[in-house]
Amino acid sequence: MSVPTAFDEIFGNSGDQPRAEFAALGAWLEETPDSELDRRQQAAEAAFRQLGITFAVYGNDDSAERIIPFDIVPRIFTATEWSRLKEGLVQRVEAINAFLADIYGERKILADGVLPQELVLANPQFRGFLSGQKPPHGVFAHICGIDLVRTGADEFWVLEDNARTPSGVSYMLENREAMLRLCPELFHRFNVCPVDRYPDQLRDTLRSVAPRGRGSEPVCVLLTPGHFNSAFYEHSFLADSMGVELVEPADLEVDDDIVWMRTIDGRVRVDVIYRRIDDDYIDPLVFRPDSLLGVPGLIAAYLAGNVALVNAPGTGIADDKAIYSYMPEIVKYYSGGEAKLPNVETYRCREPGALQYTLDNLEKLVVKLVDGSGGYGMLVGPTATRAQIEDFRAALKAEPHRYIAQPTLALSTVPTLTEKGIAPRHVDFRPFVLTGSDGVHIVPGGLTRVALKEGSLVVNSSQGGGTKDSLILSDTPECLLPPRGGQSQSQGQGGQG
Amino acid sequence: MLSRTAASLYWIGRYVERAEFTARLIEATVRLDALSARPAGATAWESALLVVAADQGFAATGVELNPRNVSAYLTLAVNNPSSIRSCLDAARWNAKSVRTALTRDAWETINRAWLGLRNVTDMGDLRSALAVIEKIRAETRGFEGALHRMLRNEAYAFLGLGAAMERADNTARLIDVKYHLLLPEGEQVGGVIDRDQWTTILHTVSANTAYRWLYHDELKPWLVTDMLILKSELPRSLAGSADEVLGHLAFIGRRLGRQGEADRLARQRQAMLARTSIDSVFQQGLHEYLEAFLVENARLDRTIAAQFRFG
Repeated sequence: MSVPTAFDEIFGNSGDQPRAEFAALGAWLEETPDSELDRRQQAAEAAFRQLGITFAVYGNDDSAERIIPFDIVPRIFTATEWSRLKEGLVQRVEAINAFLADIYGERKILADGVLPQELVLANPQFRGFLSGQKPPHGVFAHICGIDLVRTGADEFWVLEDNARTPSGVSYMLENREAMLRLCPELFHRFNVCPVDRYPDQLRDTLRSVAPRGRGSEPVCVLLTPGHFNSAFYEHSFLADSMGVELVEPADLEVDDDIVWMRTIDGRVRVDVIYRRIDDDYIDPLVFRPDSLLGVPGLIAAYLAGNVALVNAPGTGIADDKAIYSYMPEIVKYYSGGEAKLPNVETYRCREPGALQYTLDNLEKLVVKLVDGSGGYGMLVGPTATRAQIEDFRAALKAEPHRYIAQPTLALSTVPTLTEKGIAPRHVDFRPFVLTGSDGVHIVPGGLTRVALKEGSLVVNSSQGGGTKDSLILSDTPECLLPPRGGQSQSQGQGGQG
Repeated sequence: MLSRTAASLYWIGRYVERAEFTARLIEATVRLDALSARPAGATAWESALLVVAADQGFAATGVELNPRNVSAYLTLAVNNPSSIRSCLDAARWNAKSVRTALTRDAWETINRAWLGLRNVTDMGDLRSALAVIEKIRAETRGFEGALHRMLRNEAYAFLGLGAAMERADNTARLIDVKYHLLLPEGEQVGGVIDRDQWTTILHTVSANTAYRWLYHDELKPWLVTDMLILKSELPRSLAGSADEVLGHLAFIGRRLGRQGEADRLARQRQAMLARTSIDSVFQQGLHEYLEAFLVENARLDRTIAAQFRFG
């Protein structure tokens, strides 16, 4: 295998001594026996199973409900690292929203030739019928999950922009709950920014984009495909923590371009829908007539300006992997400056030179389907078999425009509890970025996914990856956890469990 | 509240109550069967099947009617829609789809009960069967405890409404079957076997001590019947359940600002029970009385579904 030695988030490049800021974590790992870490990890996973924090794996019938493995060793960001990331995230998400408003509006970026016109207009994710349509308050991508990877102390890269219905935020919140309960001592050693404001911020975001004239108490709902969906736990968790109704398509009806939900007391008008259903399945009158999911007439109500859809229809064009390769240019075009968070170098196989390079270097590259997700339709060259590489070679030659290729990055590692004790495992990171009518908000945290197999770079939960808590450190008082109550001098026993 | 949510909550209430009732019934039947001086044998298990209307389903499986097979059928059988497992499956299925309307505690107890039974494939001997049953009962008690900590809102009322409707149905079936059990030839009404049957009834509804407190008397069939039908201070009596149904409906009505046909039927039923004496029940025939009650209860169930647009 040709993956070079990776940067470790805690131990840096040195290997045996933790980075100065994280000495306390090193000490914690040192003094806590593996068996104790193991015990706490199992307690966390037992609690997750009891709570039903499960994830359905498609095509895997016998384990229809699995929990995502949880790793007890957290990953940590310094306050400085986070504030740099945050600037880059705000810039990128503002650009994504400006881009969407532009291509569904005046199309200046296309007129200026920044990216090929047909790449946008002929893209299956581009919804031509929405041209000229402005969503309420002009926001398209209210919730973005930006996947980041790291290769060195100062080297963060954007791997993917998720601008449709990004998931995973419930793990950010539940992992923190588990850590607070099982490893409270860590939160005494570090000043950790709390993440539990996220549901409140999400609710504020939803309210802020209600159609004008709907009063100060707009009715917001979360629309789920139903409890057989793999992310249903997250849907119900978010609805519950925001205090809004969790609705299924059959609970909604559209009448005269107004959306209503059916209640025991008759119909109630709905103003904002946080939908966790893809465009394709949201309205059988517009998208897939064969779909039994969806609310007939929903898009008409949206076009009439009577309901806000979060995220707005048509945002898929912004996270399309073919568009992704142009993000540095897009960010520069709308922000006027260089992208603070760079892209991973990307070969667009639709371009003959890039295709040739890709075909010549398959064993070094990661090749992805432009419209694939969840780790499906992906080749990881360095760990692939000869046969897998030849399969991809044939597929690439047949339909080059459907693929992009990226170098295999030496993804950073984080110490992780394995069967053989603590060992480095590769990670990525997905912070969640909210955009309301009043701008961009980011809760200091995110989802760290970890590849549990030694050497593996695939962190997707559908491919057996796990998650970790992501601690963001702070010195500013407003970010700190409130002091814990209790009798003075009482340590250890008798504290809050 | 969404109509779908209300329907699911109502059915969670019914299914959890049904699971618990079946668990109690098995426990009481084991007890009846184990009175070693005069074992009740197959009759006891046959009557247990009759109470939950599972006699035909059991016969169709073709297995021998013995304690082990019947208790397994009532607890674990996937092809028995009223087995404890089927009830918990249905309760959890509903609970999962309306998680936001349940507290974490309430969801966890249902999920835990379901997880606890999921991998049980064999009940083993009666002793280990009782251990399984006791665990299920502990979980359903936990569910009731969790309910009491819920906000007093519509969600609470629909759960309680379902439970009370189910309880009325279960108690009526229990009295009907047990009362009409044929005594073995030569046995006296009021004799030992008769007494055992009535004790079993009281065990099934956890009312042995309640009986002594209410009547200060030895077991007399008409007094047991009086208690289970007319004593509203016993929560599992028909009168007690009818009070509770009315209370939940009135609460929902106040919250919504209007009432409907279900409220009218429930009020009528409560008034009838208040006017009834046990003598008049026996005069018209206990079986006929209970049968009419079950029909009326099913009608109220349909009316509730219509009133709240369960769909």
